[in-house]
Amino acid sequence: MNSFLSVQNVSYVYHTITDETTALKDLSFEIHEGEFIAIVGPSGCGKSTLLSLISGLIVPDTGSILLDGKPLSKSDKHIGYMLQKDHLLNWRTLRKNLTLGLEIQNKITDENLCLIDYMLETYGLISFRDTHPDHLSGGMKQRAALIRTLILKPDLLLLDEPFSALDYQTRLTVSQDIFRIIRKEKKTALLITHDISEAINMADRILVLSSRPGTVIDNIPICLTLDSEKTPLTAREAPEYTGYFNKIWKELNRHEGL
Amino acid sequence: MKDSDIRKQLYSNEVSPQQKQYLSNYLKTNKRIKRWQYMILILFLLLWQTAASFGWIDPFIFSSPGRLLKCGLSMIKDGSLMYHTGITLLETFVSFFLVNLIGILAAVILWWNNTIAKIFEPYLVVLNSLPKSALAPVFIVWLGANMKTIIVAAVSVAVFGTILNLFTSFQTVEQDKIRLIQTLGGSKKDVLFKVILPGNIPAILSQMKVNIGLSLVGVIIGEFLAAKSGLGYLIIYSSQVFRLDCVILSIVILCIVATGLFLLLSKIEKHME
Repeated sequence: MNSFLSVQNVSYVYHTITDETTALKDLSFEIHEGEFIAIVGPSGCGKSTLLSLISGLIVPDTGSILLDGKPLSKSDKHIGYMLQKDHLLNWRTLRKNLTLGLEIQNKITDENLCLIDYMLETYGLISFRDTHPDHLSGGMKQRAALIRTLILKPDLLLLDEPFSALDYQTRLTVSQDIFRIIRKEKKTALLITHDISEAINMADRILVLSSRPGTVIDNIPICLTLDSEKTPLTAREAPEYTGYFNKIWKELNRHEGL
Repeated sequence: MKDSDIRKQLYSNEVSPQQKQYLSNYLKTNKRIKRWQYMILILFLLLWQTAASFGWIDPFIFSSPGRLLKCGLSMIKDGSLMYHTGITLLETFVSFFLVNLIGILAAVILWWNNTIAKIFEPYLVVLNSLPKSALAPVFIVWLGANMKTIIVAAVSVAVFGTILNLFTSFQTVEQDKIRLIQTLGGSKKDVLFKVILPGNIPAILSQMKVNIGLSLVGVIIGEFLAAKSGLGYLIIYSSQVFRLDCVILSIVILCIVATGLFLLLSKIEKHME
């Protein structure tokens, strides 16, 4: 399998008047098509910087990022980005929120509008299409935010701690929902999280990042023995779960110097 | 909820007796507040009229409700009341429109370019703190004693504060909302039209509410100094010829105009929600 996203020796430094901070140093990893990768790391390890780099919002100081073999700026592949909070705009109805990306990219077509309605229907939001987001629950909003990203048909999906703003119970249901949606749409996904169990439950492979300056310290493929299909909830029952958890926990603490 | 809607609940079978008790107390308090609001006005007018009639105050200087009514009727008859009020309203609307237009445009430019914002910041702060009434005589010399001066004076009263306030609220838009537009492939123009402006409609409307009052203040200052018509002119002219009835009548009409404009904007604000 050739790699879909390839991050090669990437470094990034933030400059302020008082000092400069190396957020990422010599970071390299690869993701294959259709893979679900999770990146875990202590807080402040440059996770969000990494996502900004991959989505092309900022450019690395050194190193390169290739998407499907081409540099980001020349790639015709589309990257979808899901932020920590849903950021649905309160002055737009749910449906108007979902067309936001289409409006910006001038892609409002009958076909795409049908697709929105289809996805609203599939993910249980159709009856709310004309309501404003402040009338929706946290879980619904997060699902809507995912649809807003998926509607642009991204080839790679970046998830920046998409569940961290939710309470525990909603978090479980929504991660379950979103996992299913991503699997169903067969997306390549990169999940950034500080929650170890969330990473094990969702990902095929976990990259562990060191604290600042962030660099990959471990690469752990996740193989769980399960009676049923893997979902974030069933994954907890796998016998290997605790082993993975402890391994990652130790890695993180070792590199935090605790 | 309107009082009439609450009253309907009192006769409904679905409401518990305790809730009805609570609602009727609520209505009673409301009624008492309304009653006192009217009472104060009526008592004040009565006292004023009585004091004038019995010679406790000199009606020539302090006027009286009766004299105001007579003065008002005669001015309505010869059309001068509508004329002066209309001029003031026209000037207020033009200045109000210009203040908001210039204010929003300038705030957008400052938001768009951080360097420009930094360069102009001290100038805006100075101009905003300056008492604008001090500028009015200068405007008269520069522009002449006409409507142009009045409008420029009124705009100068409100425009700098508007720019600064709107710029500040544009800046406080959540950084992640801007990031959202960027991740959806949007440009700075998209950020402006999809997030900054629509997200700041409440801020713009509440600034407009302030501006309608300030425009009126500016127009009256301008009319004091440079006009041959308008309520401000009427006040100054009448006080100079000692027609105090007319001065006080003009002030009463100003009260009504200011309140009317404010209510109009509140209504628009509610409609936008």
